[in-house]
Amino acid sequence: MAAVVGTFATALIAFVVLALAGFAAPNWLVLVATLAFSKGLVALGIVALMRGGLISFGQGTFYCAGAYAAGLAMRSLGIGDAAMLVVLGAIAGLILGVIIAPLLAGYRGIFFATLTLALSMIVYGILNKTYSLGGSDGLNLHAPGFFGYRPARSQDASYALFLFTSFVTVAAAALCRIHFDSVRGLLPLAARDNEIRLEYLGASVRWVNGINFVIAAVLAGIGGALSALSLGHIDPDFAFWTTSGEFVFLAILSGYVSVTAVFVAAILLELVRSFSSQYFPNTWQGALGVFLLLIILFLPGGLGSLALRLRPSGAKSAPVPAEKRE
Amino acid sequence: MKLAAAILIDGVIDASWLFIVAVGLTLVFGVLNILNFAHGSLFAVGAYAAASAVGWYYGGDLGPPFLGYLLMLGAALAVALALGPLLERGVLRFFYRRDEVVLVLVTYALFLILEDATKLIWGVESYYASEPYGLLGNVSFFGLSYVGYDFALIGLAVAAGLLLWLGLNRTVTGKIVLAVIHDRDISRAMGVNVTRVFAFAFTLGVFLAALGGAFTAPKISVQPGIGITVILLSFAVVVIGGLGSVEGAAIAALFVGFARAAAIHLVPWAELFIVYLVMALVLAFRPEGLFQRTSARKI
Amino acid sequence: MTALLETIGLQKSFGAVVAANDISVVVQSGQKLGLIGNNGAGKTTFVNIVTGHLKPDAGRVMLDGENITGLPPRQVRRNGVSRSFQIPQLFISMTLEQNLLMALAILREEGLSSWRPARSDARMAELDDLLGRFRLRQYRGQTIAVLPGGVRKLVDIAMAVTHQPKLLLLDEPTSGVAVEEKFPLMDVIMQAIEGSGATVLFVEHDMDIVGRYADRVLAFYAGRIIADGEPAAVLSNEEVQRYVTGGAA
Repeated sequence: MAAVVGTFATALIAFVVLALAGFAAPNWLVLVATLAFSKGLVALGIVALMRGGLISFGQGTFYCAGAYAAGLAMRSLGIGDAAMLVVLGAIAGLILGVIIAPLLAGYRGIFFATLTLALSMIVYGILNKTYSLGGSDGLNLHAPGFFGYRPARSQDASYALFLFTSFVTVAAAALCRIHFDSVRGLLPLAARDNEIRLEYLGASVRWVNGINFVIAAVLAGIGGALSALSLGHIDPDFAFWTTSGEFVFLAILSGYVSVTAVFVAAILLELVRSFSSQYFPNTWQGALGVFLLLIILFLPGGLGSLALRLRPSGAKSAPVPAEKRE
Repeated sequence: MKLAAAILIDGVIDASWLFIVAVGLTLVFGVLNILNFAHGSLFAVGAYAAASAVGWYYGGDLGPPFLGYLLMLGAALAVALALGPLLERGVLRFFYRRDEVVLVLVTYALFLILEDATKLIWGVESYYASEPYGLLGNVSFFGLSYVGYDFALIGLAVAAGLLLWLGLNRTVTGKIVLAVIHDRDISRAMGVNVTRVFAFAFTLGVFLAALGGAFTAPKISVQPGIGITVILLSFAVVVIGGLGSVEGAAIAALFVGFARAAAIHLVPWAELFIVYLVMALVLAFRPEGLFQRTSARKI
Repeated sequence: MTALLETIGLQKSFGAVVAANDISVVVQSGQKLGLIGNNGAGKTTFVNIVTGHLKPDAGRVMLDGENITGLPPRQVRRNGVSRSFQIPQLFISMTLEQNLLMALAILREEGLSSWRPARSDARMAELDDLLGRFRLRQYRGQTIAVLPGGVRKLVDIAMAVTHQPKLLLLDEPTSGVAVEEKFPLMDVIMQAIEGSGATVLFVEHDMDIVGRYADRVLAFYAGRIIADGEPAAVLSNEEVQRYVTGGAA
């Protein structure tokens, strides 16, 4: 119980710190951080799946669903409130997640990874040819309002969106942390090691993976809606394989020990990307690939495991990914 | 009627290059237990290499036109010999002992690296290698006109399949490879140099991917992004056919070829969707694919 | 006494291999049964069918009069049937403590919590008790990957005895354990389940263990049961000696 309260307290402090930092920071950094947090949410969902040994290469499906849900609600239904739009994004993710989870429930490893990838590319293909939804150009969005507050200056709008995004992010992170430490949250770690034993102890691995999948889908839907508001634009690229690949990269970079690490990594990635796309536009994917290999080789637990080594008390969840056992 | 014939013929033509590529993927899985995500990029490299070779050869008018085909074959071989050992010995073997999830990420990382490597080497514009395409004239079936090259492609696929089958089942090397597929530890205990078999099998897989790419190059515009489509299609073929099965890859390639052809003629926006729908249907009845591998009991 | 477990005409084949051929067994509550037989005789298949890992080609499994045939292992467990494994099935990257915690945490009446921390006070007390009963306290913080085979066996069995199972099936509990440790291991197990009144079936190759801990023995051969009765009688049975024990017991 104390742990739960402690997590919420930490979350509150984090939010206050972010609010102050965002107020003092230059506008471009605020914009970067907002986008980074939205993407970090999607990566957090992948972390939830990774704890159970599954990697989804197609979170773009739900990211795109959330973005289009928000975008279409804004353009066709005239909904302009950010909170409402994000809720719609979450619902889009939830509905799709619940439909797709049972279809993928029997798959693991490379099968699961490639099937999720295929799904996102199918969505991409369909959206690209659906001209009523903007086709490959996508659609533009205007700035959202926040419970009636419509900032006039663009700087205020950026800060307002940042504040809103930070709040959603911190809340989601806290809830995930609590869930990961709960009884249900330990099940994926066990499932990853030995599904047969877990079933013999009375738990259902299908349910474990299904629930994680839906959690990841909802988080991606929220992230998609937030990204849409942040970029002011939605297009089929939200479902393209490179987008999904970046979320995976983020998840691997941060590891599944620390939730905070996900968002730290996200900000780092956005900063590096804005630098790299100016000077090295054609090597971004390749650079990610090289870094991925390096991380797997030298820091398999991700950045979060570094934090583990610095803290004297042990982590609350299981350690780094296991070696293959005979 | 014409439509049905068109779908049938297009399907078989499509199945040809799909088979060549997919059988490489399934072979690598059978021997090394790795489903190589980067297989699609290797196809792309093969295509680019062939396009460059063809461009150089025909552009300079360097010799008899039909020698161009040999050059394409050579390009595929060069890619295999350059990248096969490099990737397997240089990267993959450090990860053999790791979690299955890790291997997925490693081949994905290789995919990312190769995609950008091709962009660095060949740039982002499209390459066309159309000369070899026109050398074999045209044929007519059911009032539909087809390029002779496409039918030669069918011949190539059949030849590749037969050679592979004969190689695996009738030669000593092939039987050693089959032994490793069945049980690598026992093979090792019997004195087989499993390391060399891994390197050989992987290189063969790269060759098949590059071969598919090289001989598909004349039909398409070779540009960035073909890799992802190829991996998604060959993955579907391998899963439908059953992991590690050469016969399965052949039959599955036909399934996918027909499905794709039907989609392209009837519902073009759902092309990839139809392929995966077919896969879902097959898996509903045969969860391990058409030709299942026997697996040992676990507890 | 009502029969706790009854199998009726179980049949199971794997291709040409008949692993279970008309297996009909009645087990009363409280019995300690030894299952013996050579390799491939069908003992583990029997355990796999009873616990739901395999569906029989024909026949039924009745638990307390209820048909549990074909139910998946997790539901069979919830009905009170638990098992340990020939090769210990553990969560290898987690600590010994966490492994036992999983076993303790899952079968709770109030269901699995999505937010309550796994390490609650009540649960830690149960964990400590379990560690004590199985003499595993000194290994509690170590990862399974570094633990020796005998300790892993103990953990595997400890996980199986949580939540007072009605029926406990142990698959070769002392296999891979050093000779001088076999009796102590069985003593620990039997002591640990003493109060719970569980019925125990254990598959064993060591006839000394069977003789000492079983009050009834089933002998398997080629998928059939060739003898059923008190240990002394079964072990001196001619067929059993020919096919299972090989010579005078």
